[in-house]
Amino acid sequence: MVKGRSMLDVRGLRKVYEGSGRRIEAVRDLTFTVEAGELVCLVGPSGCGKTTLLKCMGGLLTPTSGDVLLEERRVTGPPPGMAFVFQEYGRSLFPWMRVAENVELPLKQKDLPRQRRRELVRDALEAVGLADAAGAYPWQLSGGMQQRVAIARALAYEPQVLLMDEPFAAVDAQTRADLEDLVRRLWQERSMTILFVTHDIDEAVYLGERVIVLSASPTVVQEQLKVDLPAERDQLHTRVAPRFAELRTHVYQQIQAAKRGSLRDGLTKSDPPPATR
Amino acid sequence: MKGLNAVLGAAGLAVFLALGEAVPRLGLVKEQYFPPTSRIASALADELGDGAFWSALGDTLTGWALGLAIAVVAGVVAGVLLSVVPYLREATASTIEFLRPIPSVALIPLAVLLYGTELRSVLLLVVYASFWQVLIQTLYGVQDVDPVAEETARSYGLGTWARVRHVLWPTALPYVMTGVRLAAAVALILAITAELVIGAPGLGQQIAVAQTSQAVPEMYALVVVTGLLGLLVNVGARTVERRALAWHQSVRGEVAV
Amino acid sequence: MTQQSVTPRRGWERLLVRAVFVLALPALLVALWWLASDGSTNVFWPPLRTIVKTFPDVWTRERLRSDVWPSLWRLACGYLLAAVVGIALGTLIGSYRRVRAFCEPVLEFLRAVPPPVLVPVIMLFAGIGDSMKIVVIASGCVWPVLLNTVEGVRAVDPVMTETARSYGITGPARLGYLVLPAASPQIFAGLRQALSIGIILMVISEMFAASDGIGFTVVQFQRSFAIPDMWTGILVLGLLGFVLSVVFQLVERRVLGWYHGLRASTRRSR
Repeated sequence: MVKGRSMLDVRGLRKVYEGSGRRIEAVRDLTFTVEAGELVCLVGPSGCGKTTLLKCMGGLLTPTSGDVLLEERRVTGPPPGMAFVFQEYGRSLFPWMRVAENVELPLKQKDLPRQRRRELVRDALEAVGLADAAGAYPWQLSGGMQQRVAIARALAYEPQVLLMDEPFAAVDAQTRADLEDLVRRLWQERSMTILFVTHDIDEAVYLGERVIVLSASPTVVQEQLKVDLPAERDQLHTRVAPRFAELRTHVYQQIQAAKRGSLRDGLTKSDPPPATR
Repeated sequence: MKGLNAVLGAAGLAVFLALGEAVPRLGLVKEQYFPPTSRIASALADELGDGAFWSALGDTLTGWALGLAIAVVAGVVAGVLLSVVPYLREATASTIEFLRPIPSVALIPLAVLLYGTELRSVLLLVVYASFWQVLIQTLYGVQDVDPVAEETARSYGLGTWARVRHVLWPTALPYVMTGVRLAAAVALILAITAELVIGAPGLGQQIAVAQTSQAVPEMYALVVVTGLLGLLVNVGARTVERRALAWHQSVRGEVAV
Repeated sequence: MTQQSVTPRRGWERLLVRAVFVLALPALLVALWWLASDGSTNVFWPPLRTIVKTFPDVWTRERLRSDVWPSLWRLACGYLLAAVVGIALGTLIGSYRRVRAFCEPVLEFLRAVPPPVLVPVIMLFAGIGDSMKIVVIASGCVWPVLLNTVEGVRAVDPVMTETARSYGITGPARLGYLVLPAASPQIFAGLRQALSIGIILMVISEMFAASDGIGFTVVQFQRSFAIPDMWTGILVLGLLGFVLSVVFQLVERRVLGWYHGLRASTRRSR
């Protein structure tokens, strides 16, 4: 995949919820681009409409105004080139299906031949290290393993873009570190485009090639930041690197500023803090 | 949203009643089999002015309430006893599993022989049918007692009665209320069945009389009354359940049995 | 309430104790009945010995064919009809919020009508033949299935719904892979209630107007004061209720195996 080609375009996205006489403007005006093969993290204060944004991008919600484009084509419903990984892994896998069946289900909808489906399922489960669990039910697995199944399901779907909505918010810290490395590895191996939403600043900096900081609701883009850490990252060294600390401090300050709402509306593309080395 | 739902519900009811009027009027069904809503309504009005109707209603309610009360007391006492006395639960499990699915209507011939059309016939069927609902829910409720709470109570030297009173009963109460709600509905069904089939005095018997004398609108009117009664019992039991458990930290879901 | 102190360690011993627990009380009750009724001269309470002796004479192969089989056939037809109609309509109504609000009061009323009063009403239309009994059974059984299906379909987890949508699982596939399996525990709860209602209605409709069937036979025995024969009929009805409930449980445990596992795993982690 050639980098530099735009895969996802969000243009002037706005979402207003109307209900029982109240209007809630969840997203005010969002514009940004994700290039093909990029791993971008979206961070923002809690309750800033991250999930709303992601659901608009995934075609699960219709924006009030503005557009989402996937490879120049307007998204009106869930596009076949996109896969979604939800935060609530326990409720996103079907408990009446075994692990392999869960992974295979979306492929059946794609009308792939049985042979091909089997290959994809096996390959995806191997990629997340769950080849042995194919015959188990999701509820027989730990939380982290269940989220791996959900990731495998997304991989088998062979999407161009993977949307992940705070996927690791509900797992314990160690499992979370493993899953973060899994996402990095899969991204590098499979050259997918990944948009990863999180409220965890460390996670955003550790995972992303780029971090988009969102403001408090009604949401706008507060800042876009290039993460100039080496491509090979690991939990042990990357997280203690001075550059990592600078970046996370910077993002933290931006989010604090966003919470105070002191920044101007609209797109701001600031430079990352100067490197000290 | 709630207002809209109420309007829709009222509209649904109106359409239902209008269909009941139109279908026989248009000759889609024979009028003597399915009288229009208005004829049923006027028959119902006649019934309401008739003393016999009210005494029949009273008989039905008596059989229902008495039977339900006996079943609830017996079910709760048996349920607590079976759970508190060691080994009793295990020893009775198979017997309960065998007796519970026996349809209470199988007892109709016996009831007829023993008590004829007396109230006791009705009570036999009502109690047998509703007892199991209460017993099973009580057993589930007691099973749900937190072993830590039980151990705590034990370690503070609470006796059996105190443990039943302070640990077991509060935990089991939501389940018992569910049991009572289910039993109330079953009791009404069996009370009316007994009257209908055996001929014990009550609404069921009135329906049987109306049927044999070809008084079709009256029969429909009485069927509507039993339906309204059932509705009242369901709504009432649900309200009591919710009221009684308002203090409880978790109003538990029903155990599907 | 603690059992640890008595649970023996070895497998066959545990099995033995279990067998004693399962069989002791029923055996005791039957023995009591046998002894208490042995010298009975009360016509209504014949000795159990007499009832047992009468049993094979009454429930002959011929009788099974002429009375038990028709009853079971009607029950099966009515029950299956109710299940199909109840699940189909329930899925439809449960899927649309407006439709549900529209239908709810009427459904609440129809469900509240005690099913046995349907017998005289349906007799008007369908006479007293098999079709009457099947319609009676079906129209009594349909409400618990219908209302439980509505509840189950309504309560499908929104995250699962969105998951299905995001992977393009729509239309019939959505119904088959998501909605019906998700609602199946509720549907089975309804089917279970419907089963006991179905048995009641089978018996009642035969007591009311019939020329064959178990309910008809039992009432005939009672009317002709063939008391031991009547008792065997009561036993047959009891046995039928028990066997059908066991069959239902077996089916339920197979179909809802995942659900029981899921519940057990959430209970453990609680």
